[in-house]
Amino acid sequence: MSSKDTKPRSFQEIILRLQAYWSAQGCAVMQPYDMEVGAGTFHPATTLRSLGSRPWAAAYVQPSRRPTDGRYGENPNRLQHYYQYQVLIKPSPPDLQALYLGSLEAIGIDMALHDIRFVEDDWESPTLGAWGLGWEVWCDGMEVSQFTYFQQVGGHDCHPVSGELTYGLERLAMYVLGIDHVMDMPYNDPDAPIALSYGDVFRQTEQEYSRWNFDVADTQVLLRHFEEAEAECAAILDQPHDDPKTGQRIVMAHPAYDQCIKASHIFNLLDARGVISVTERQAYIGRVRALARMCADAFVQTDAGGHAA
Amino acid sequence: MADLLIELFSEEIPARMQARAAQDLKARMTDALVEAGLTYAGAVAHHTPRRLVLSVQGLLDQSPTLREERKGPRVDAPEKAVEGFLRGAGIDRSQLQERDDKKGRVYFAVIEHPGRPAAEIIAETLENVVRNFPWPKSMRWGAGSLKWVRPLHSILCILTADSGEAQVVPLDIDGIKAGDTTYGHRFMAPDGFAVTSYDDYTAKMRRARVMLDADERAGHIWQEAQNIAFSQGLEVVEDKGLLAEVAGLVEWPVTLMGEIDEEFLDLPPEVLQTSMKEHQKFFSVRNVQNGDSAGGIVRFITVANIETPDHGATILAGNQKVLSARLADAKFFWENDLRIVRDKGLTGMAEGLSDVTFHRKLGSQADRVARITALAREIAPMVGAKPDLAAEAAQICKADLQSEMVGEFPELQGVMGRYYAQAAGHDDGVPEACEMHYKPLGPGDTVPTEPVSVAVALADKIDTLTGFWAIDEKPTGSKDPYALRRAALGVIRLVLANGLRVELASTLVRPYHQNIRAALERHGAIPAEELNLPELSFDKVGLVERYQESKEGGTEDVPAVDDLLAFFHDRLKVHLRDEGIRHDVIDACLAMDGNDDLTLLVKRAEALAEFLKTDDGENLLQGFKRANNILTQAEEKDGVEYSFGADVKFAEVEEERALFDALKAADGAIKPAMEAEDFAAAMAAMAALRPAVDAFFEAVQVNAENPVVRRNRLNLLGQIRGICLAVADLTRVEG
Repeated sequence: MSSKDTKPRSFQEIILRLQAYWSAQGCAVMQPYDMEVGAGTFHPATTLRSLGSRPWAAAYVQPSRRPTDGRYGENPNRLQHYYQYQVLIKPSPPDLQALYLGSLEAIGIDMALHDIRFVEDDWESPTLGAWGLGWEVWCDGMEVSQFTYFQQVGGHDCHPVSGELTYGLERLAMYVLGIDHVMDMPYNDPDAPIALSYGDVFRQTEQEYSRWNFDVADTQVLLRHFEEAEAECAAILDQPHDDPKTGQRIVMAHPAYDQCIKASHIFNLLDARGVISVTERQAYIGRVRALARMCADAFVQTDAGGHAA
Repeated sequence: MADLLIELFSEEIPARMQARAAQDLKARMTDALVEAGLTYAGAVAHHTPRRLVLSVQGLLDQSPTLREERKGPRVDAPEKAVEGFLRGAGIDRSQLQERDDKKGRVYFAVIEHPGRPAAEIIAETLENVVRNFPWPKSMRWGAGSLKWVRPLHSILCILTADSGEAQVVPLDIDGIKAGDTTYGHRFMAPDGFAVTSYDDYTAKMRRARVMLDADERAGHIWQEAQNIAFSQGLEVVEDKGLLAEVAGLVEWPVTLMGEIDEEFLDLPPEVLQTSMKEHQKFFSVRNVQNGDSAGGIVRFITVANIETPDHGATILAGNQKVLSARLADAKFFWENDLRIVRDKGLTGMAEGLSDVTFHRKLGSQADRVARITALAREIAPMVGAKPDLAAEAAQICKADLQSEMVGEFPELQGVMGRYYAQAAGHDDGVPEACEMHYKPLGPGDTVPTEPVSVAVALADKIDTLTGFWAIDEKPTGSKDPYALRRAALGVIRLVLANGLRVELASTLVRPYHQNIRAALERHGAIPAEELNLPELSFDKVGLVERYQESKEGGTEDVPAVDDLLAFFHDRLKVHLRDEGIRHDVIDACLAMDGNDDLTLLVKRAEALAEFLKTDDGENLLQGFKRANNILTQAEEKDGVEYSFGADVKFAEVEEERALFDALKAADGAIKPAMEAEDFAAAMAAMAALRPAVDAFFEAVQVNAENPVVRRNRLNLLGQIRGICLAVADLTRVEG
């Protein structure tokens, strides 16, 4: 692994350095959640694990999808599919800011040369019923991360409070690597026998998904799937806590939360298709939030959520 | 005496909260210290992104000892009473004194409350202040339950004696122990150091690259920015709000000027400025030598928080790159918008407005534009605009809401409308109306005066107000989500500033409301809750004609209109109160006919206010009130109204006859003055009645024995009342 005095040379090297750094800080390095989500926050390792009293420390890459941001791979900065790096530590350690700055050094940002600023930015997720206080972190005028102390998730007060760091990986990497168009960014080592750019990997999928997101996705099917996910989530949580087959207490918070994630992503797709009016928008967001609340209520009834048997 | 120094060191405090927090810290600490008996000579507070600082000089070393004397029972009182007294005072028998009193020998308790050391009081006070600090938003962190704006890391709290010796005030708030150490600039001097006094602290802070005083930081930034710009023949665009914000983002300001990529210099200056300010917190720098190109914004100034070995080169390069990405977006929007406008005109751009809901019950933005257009056409002749031009402007005034630029920068609505209208070839005040019709946005905003702008501005606001009244969505208490108060004040200021003579109720609001109601009912939006309203447009028939027709058809006015007019009057009262006119004076004028002609109303109110300031005015008011009281009593008793038929032949004394003459003269002067709307003249004529009225009351007993004389005199009073009430309803004036 490169030392912090050398500059990383590729997108993946930046990811690897972050993984190594947060691993060294004692985080469980987790893998992406295997569902379509709009942001790393949706990973149950963040949403659900920020609830309850049990300590937690996790770091992971999360592919994130924002269908409305699709630009057919042509915009230098916008993608409908991108990566976030997410760190969640509960309780938030007193030196979290210093730890965070250490991660920037790890990816080659020299604190003596750059202007790092913590600019007020209160975070709120209406779909998750969550909010927190913190900052967007600026490096030379560019937002490189979100830094949030969670205060409430799924309608529950967070106690202890989790500290959450979210890095927009493409933007951060482009800055560190000095790249102007995301598609030109080296994905692997530029001197590798088969050097691949970000465009080699993702240009085609950006085009395909942009077309599908904006013009083709069957809105009737999506609307139906939304309703189904919503109904399934409620049905799962309606089950008694005690499993009749095994006789054990099994509260199915995670399977229910999967349905909440699904509903949320389908809503984003419907939004991209332009079939949701301004007033309907609020109603849909409210419906997803209701699911998130139910899942949060269920999670705090589980062991991981701090429920004492 | 001692000096107190407190520093609350935390993670970054939002810029907008710092100044207030420093003031709160100072006020709450010093108030509580004084309350506890610790007076002081002076206090000063500072704030930076990471610290709130309070220095209190000349503080007492301890609170004064207080002696309290309490009178107890007589010495021969029952033992139980004495014991009770001792218990209540918290002393024992040996501390009792016997003294002579009126009632004999009495016990006195002398209780000493010893002074407490300053440190003890400070510790209590500071803990209390920290735990109850009035942050607009505060948070918990880690596993603790203490709340602060962001995690609180350390507390410095020392008392420095005159000898220079410093003492840490012992204090522990949820595990944060007060000490005498702090830290310097996050990057340039991160190590901890101890301090012994405020002077020591400020000197070490400066060495540790922290400029403590926010005003000094702001002044430094502004001075540097001007110097850098001036050295290149440029000038900084002043922005005090931005300056205060930026000063709250740095502990050690380093001002840097960067270039805007050539390809973006053609963007409208408002776009450059908004994008740079909103996204990057940059100041705009304009070219003074060459003021012709696009308002001349050619550079930006950014304020970094660090001195670097490369003198900011890396920082500037980064900022320039971020700005270019931002401006590339803006340019992309601008060019896309211009293409649409040139190809399809602003009506083409406005097409999508039919898909944007304005309000569930009031239809889409396109419906709203159709209404405003119809209304602007009606209003145009009243404000001296050509109806076709007003309609043309109204038709396109919301088109820019569909532009990509306004989608990105909502604060540019209107401004972009003006640019796009110009690009589409509109002229004759139409582009200006696209921008100005939103105004005035508040009590301090400019009021449009160009006729086309005035017509569209009025139409927009009246449509909004009438629409929301028709669906019963009125402001309540502090809730005014559709900014209806601002809209009403806007109408008032438009009318007054332009001296418009419009009968708001009969020519505008009533007929327009009628239209909206009819349309709502046609579409079943009333009373059905859930129906979407597809369109609310008007037929070619003018509003007033339509209203007349509906009136003849027997449709009744709805109370909502009166309610809306009352709302206008309330706003007008607030407005005039700010201009120094008393509410009762306004009420006296509001009670008159034609009170929906705001220009006339205000003219009347101003004249009345002036009139009441004069000696004659004040005395005449008293005379009027006397006459009115006597009349009211008599009318109640007799069950008749004494309003006419006074005849001079029944007059018995000279003063009575003189009043007849005076009233005749006044009437003769007031009538034409009122017709000419010369309220000052009318009121002067009214004031001239004063000696005659005073003399009459002096000499005459109104309720005379002779019923004929009495009735005649009451009818004479009725004349006074009638003449005065023709000018203003003086019964409503207080005093």
